[in-house]
Amino acid sequence: MNRRTFLESSAVSALAPVVARAAGTTDPAATAWGDTDELRQLGIWDVHAHVGTPGPMPAKRMERLVQIADRMGVERLCIFMSPPWHYEPTPEQFRQSNNDVLAILKEWSSRAFGFVYLNPVHTKESLAELERCVADGPMIGIKLWVGTRCNRPELDPIVNRAIELKALILQHTWIKQRGKGNLPQESTPMELAELSARHPGVAMVCGHTGGGDWALGIRAIRTRPELHADLGGGDPVCGEVEMAVRELGASRVLYGSDVNGRSFGSQIGKVLGADLSVADKKLILRENLRRLLLPALQRKGIKA
Amino acid sequence: MQRRTFLTSAAAASATLLATRATGASGNAPTASGLIDTNVYLSDWVIRHSWADTPAKLVAKLRRHGVTSAWVGSFEGVLHTDIAGVNARLAGACLRDSGGILRPFGTINPALPDWEDDVRRCHEVHRMPGVRLFPNYHGYTLDDPRFARLLELCGRRKLLVQIALSIEDERSQNPALAAAPVNAAPLADILPKFPRARVMLLNASSRILGTNTALLRRLTPAGVLFEIATLEMVAGIEMLLKSVPEARIAFGSHVPYFYFEAALLKLQESALTPAQMDAVRSRHAQAAITFT
Repeated sequence: MNRRTFLESSAVSALAPVVARAAGTTDPAATAWGDTDELRQLGIWDVHAHVGTPGPMPAKRMERLVQIADRMGVERLCIFMSPPWHYEPTPEQFRQSNNDVLAILKEWSSRAFGFVYLNPVHTKESLAELERCVADGPMIGIKLWVGTRCNRPELDPIVNRAIELKALILQHTWIKQRGKGNLPQESTPMELAELSARHPGVAMVCGHTGGGDWALGIRAIRTRPELHADLGGGDPVCGEVEMAVRELGASRVLYGSDVNGRSFGSQIGKVLGADLSVADKKLILRENLRRLLLPALQRKGIKA
Repeated sequence: MQRRTFLTSAAAASATLLATRATGASGNAPTASGLIDTNVYLSDWVIRHSWADTPAKLVAKLRRHGVTSAWVGSFEGVLHTDIAGVNARLAGACLRDSGGILRPFGTINPALPDWEDDVRRCHEVHRMPGVRLFPNYHGYTLDDPRFARLLELCGRRKLLVQIALSIEDERSQNPALAAAPVNAAPLADILPKFPRARVMLLNASSRILGTNTALLRRLTPAGVLFEIATLEMVAGIEMLLKSVPEARIAFGSHVPYFYFEAALLKLQESALTPAQMDAVRSRHAQAAITFT
């Protein structure tokens, strides 16, 4: 048995104790999962994960993260931005970050999808990195953080190449003190909506959907049907998930955790605790993300 | 019981439990000791509609998830001036609708005239186990002499003092209702002066419960109790107790502002020994309101 087969079978069997624990009486959070095993057995896909768990090497950090993910029924993690983090990374810095993710994917491709981290201010180098990691490499998405405001024209060539590669774009957004507290180049959902308007029909993920001010963020992306709300990263405030589903439709809402800074528990808890049907929760916890990633997965011949 | 004696006996009880409880295959087994949620509210937070628009709905939710006791404050206490009225309504609601699980924690605002009488009423009239403070909304800091007086008074009356360091993420507050989180650092110097006082911090967040444990290490020997509503990081409880094993961490959900399941799932996420799980679920909380 090679390592990949071993890891794949381990991943499946690793979920079994989680399921067994849920069904039995020894689980401290059994009631969180509802009256049936449907959600526990789903195999959650997480659109937003950083491998910041302790460990001497990237792959070891991922091993620890997977160990905890297994306790929570998380089957797949979209990973990016290996630490240390730089607000406005140089090409050297984002290449190193991507190298760590590539190293992780060598051992953990059965549990992780890689998103290439770019800084559009360095457009030429970002496009080159896109070629290295996505066109010619194993990654299937693009992560943009706070290197530049996402409504700037520097993003257009990156979006155009992402379309060709079928790579899903996840753009970090946050609204701090109604925008006055944002980092200098930190985007808001409103700015993502502007970018989306220049690229109609291109699915993109609104990272954090504005964070704690999600009520503003959801409104900002409401009229752009190609924008999807990432629930991860903010406090588990009641009403967020219900509002997102009400205003956007369940098919545009994605579970994300923003681990390691956040816990799986608080972020999965948002979805499990929401007043929604099991069908909607399944969409949010897995099916929506799978649908969005399918074109890229098919392009690379990845079965998932 | 003085705080030093209380801490020593609580630690001894933990050690005994560790020594005698079998280490089973599942370290995360729930126990018969119940689940105490130390961070619960009645009424709407002013900028959010609450699904728990009656105490009965709140109780039904909590009971469904195995909560055996919920320490309840009132969001009205944050902005109302008639604190006596807030506390009377809170006590009445707990008495009428609790199904036996709601324990009221009245608001005290030491910036108000005759606030000491609110403490008296919480203790003598409403028989509350503790009080809850909102310093950042009430305009005082923890090195204010009025807070020191409150500690002395509550210590004498054997009331646990809960301090809500925040209600919501300060980055996303409505600008008309902005309040920076409470700075808890002064407690490390103040608490030793009031050995009978017992203090619990709500919503301590990553400022205290994150990777920088400096303040946690200062506050823990001072006897401060914390809860998990805003404790994050993967396997956050487990990691925190590895870093600061003596930290006293209790279960708290910040319901109905937060989804209850968010806190509950944190117990699943962390690998805890049976003794640790017991301590988080109920033992630390119960010890905090038990005075011999």
